[in-house]
Amino acid sequence: MIVSIASGKGGTGKTLVATGLAASLDRVQLVDCDVEEPNAYLFFPDRRLIEKAECCVPVPVVDEAKCTHCGTCSDFCAYHALAALPSQVLIFPELCHGCGGCILACPENAISEETRPVGEIFRARSGEKEIIWGELSLGEARTTPLIRAVKGMAKGELTIIDCPPGTSCSMVEAVLGSNFCLLVTEPTPFGLYDLDIALKVLEKMNIPRGVLVNKSGIGDKKVYQYLEEKGIPLLMEIPMLRRIAELYSRGTIFVQEMSEWKARFRDLLKNIEELVS
Amino acid sequence: MKQIAVISGKGGTGKTSLVASLAALAKGRAVIADCDVDAPDLHLILRPEIKEKREFLGMKRAVIDPSKCTLCGSCEEHCRFGAVCGSAVDPLLCEGCGVCKLVCPAEAVSMVDRLSGHAYVSETRFGPLVHADLFPGEEASGKLVAMVREMARELATSRNLELVLIDGSPGIGCPVIASLTGVDLALVVTEPTISGEHDLERILDVTEHFRIKAQVCINKYDLNPDVARRIEDLCAERRAEVAGKLPFDPAVVEAMVLGKPVVELGGPAAEGIKDLWRALDVCP
Repeated sequence: MIVSIASGKGGTGKTLVATGLAASLDRVQLVDCDVEEPNAYLFFPDRRLIEKAECCVPVPVVDEAKCTHCGTCSDFCAYHALAALPSQVLIFPELCHGCGGCILACPENAISEETRPVGEIFRARSGEKEIIWGELSLGEARTTPLIRAVKGMAKGELTIIDCPPGTSCSMVEAVLGSNFCLLVTEPTPFGLYDLDIALKVLEKMNIPRGVLVNKSGIGDKKVYQYLEEKGIPLLMEIPMLRRIAELYSRGTIFVQEMSEWKARFRDLLKNIEELVS
Repeated sequence: MKQIAVISGKGGTGKTSLVASLAALAKGRAVIADCDVDAPDLHLILRPEIKEKREFLGMKRAVIDPSKCTLCGSCEEHCRFGAVCGSAVDPLLCEGCGVCKLVCPAEAVSMVDRLSGHAYVSETRFGPLVHADLFPGEEASGKLVAMVREMARELATSRNLELVLIDGSPGIGCPVIASLTGVDLALVVTEPTISGEHDLERILDVTEHFRIKAQVCINKYDLNPDVARRIEDLCAERRAEVAGKLPFDPAVVEAMVLGKPVVELGGPAAEGIKDLWRALDVCP
C-alpha cells in the first residue's frame, strides 16, 4: 500500500506526520518526494546510507556538421529549449522536458541525445525502516523526473510518501499512484484555502483521501465545518503543543519522546487501510 | 523601481503573513504580487477588489479525434510521458510537447490551448495587488509567475510606484526561480528548526547561484534559541544579513483569522516586522 502525505500550504506538518507515522511502525519505506527541500532523513540520525544514484534526463545534442539551421527543431519545441540562430543552435537544458520531438522533427537527422544529471537519489536504512529521498540540483527548475525516479526506488509492502507542498505538477507527480492520500492542514484561513485546492486535485485524480488537522487549538473552527459539509473524514488531530514544536525543531521525532502517540499513529494507519478496502 | 521577493525554501515559515504586513507598511508605495500561485493566500488578508481578469493559457494539450484515429499505436509508442493510451490522452500526464501530433500518420491529433488559470489586477487598501489562481493540478506554475510579475512591473511603471513586493513560493524549483529572476533583493524567511536551517542553506545556494542579494528573517526565533544562533552564524558565514528576528506571537494567527496584517494588531511580532522593514536594503 502507498500512502502519501500532502498539503496545499507549506509548513502544515507533512514531515512531522510522515516521520511520526514511520517511527510508529516496524517495517516501512519512507519516501521523501520533496526533492526541492528534502528534510525527512534529517530525523533519522542513525541512518546508514546504502545506495546513492544520479538522476539523469535526456537532452538534445546538435551535430553542427549536419545542421542546416533550418529552424524546424526550435519551431517544434514547445518549451523553447532550442533556439536556431543563423549559424548555430543554442540549447537551454533546464527548459528541456526530454520529449525527444526535436530528434524526430529534424529533417537532417542532426540531433541526437545525451543525458545530464538533475539531482541525486539516496537510500538509507534505520533499523527495519528504509528512508529514500531525492535532492534536486541547484538551478534546476523541473522536479518531476526526479520525483518519478525517487518513487521508482520504493518497492516495499508499505510506502509512506512525504510530498512537496503546493497543488501543481510536483504534488501531482508525488501523489500519482497512491492508494490513499492524507492531507495535513492547520485550522487557519490559509490552511483551509489551500486544503480546498489540494482536495480538488485529488478529486481529479480519483485518489481516496482523508484529513489530519495539525496544530489544533489555534485559528478558528471553519476547517471542521468544511470537512463536515463535504463529508471528508477527519482522521486525526495533533494539538498545538510547544513540546511537539520544540522536539521537531531539534530533529527529534516527537513520538519517540511522547510514546502514547505511537498507538494513535498505528490506529491512523488501520483506519486508512479500512478506507482503502 | 525595486523588486523584493520574499521566499523561504521551507514552506509555512510565515512568508505571506510577513508580506501582508510589509504591504501595510509600504502604505501605497508598492505593487504587491502574489507569486505563490499554487497556494495563493495573500488575498485572504488584503481582501482585494478585482479590477481586471486575464486568462492564463498553460501548456497545450493533445486531443485525439477518434473518428480519424486508426489505433496504429505510433503516438503511444513515442510519448515519453505515458500520456497516451489507445486514442485517449490523460490530461494530467500530457506535457504538451506535440510528439504525438508529429508522428500521427492519420492527422488525428491536434494540440489545443488550455485555460489553466487566471491572473488578476486588484485594488486593496494598501495598494494595487496582482494575483492569480492556477487551476488545481495544473503545471506551468513558473509561466504563471512570470505573467504575474510582468503585470506587476507594468502596473508599477504606469502608476509610478517605486517598489514591487513579491510573495514567493516554497522550494527552490521552477516557480521560485521565476519569482527570483532579476529581483533586487531576496528576503528569505526561515524558522529555527533543523528543517528550516537545512532549507535556508539550500535557498542561499540558489540566491548565490543567480547572484541575488539575500537578507534573512528568522521567524519564531525564540522557539529554539540554539538553532536560531546556528542560523545567525550560517548567515554571517554566507554574508546574508539577518534583517530581523521575530518572536513567536499568537497575534500572527489571530490577525490571519481577522483577515488583517499583524502590524495592525500590534504586539511583539508587529514591532519586529517594523524594525525589519527599516532594515531592508531597498526600503523606500
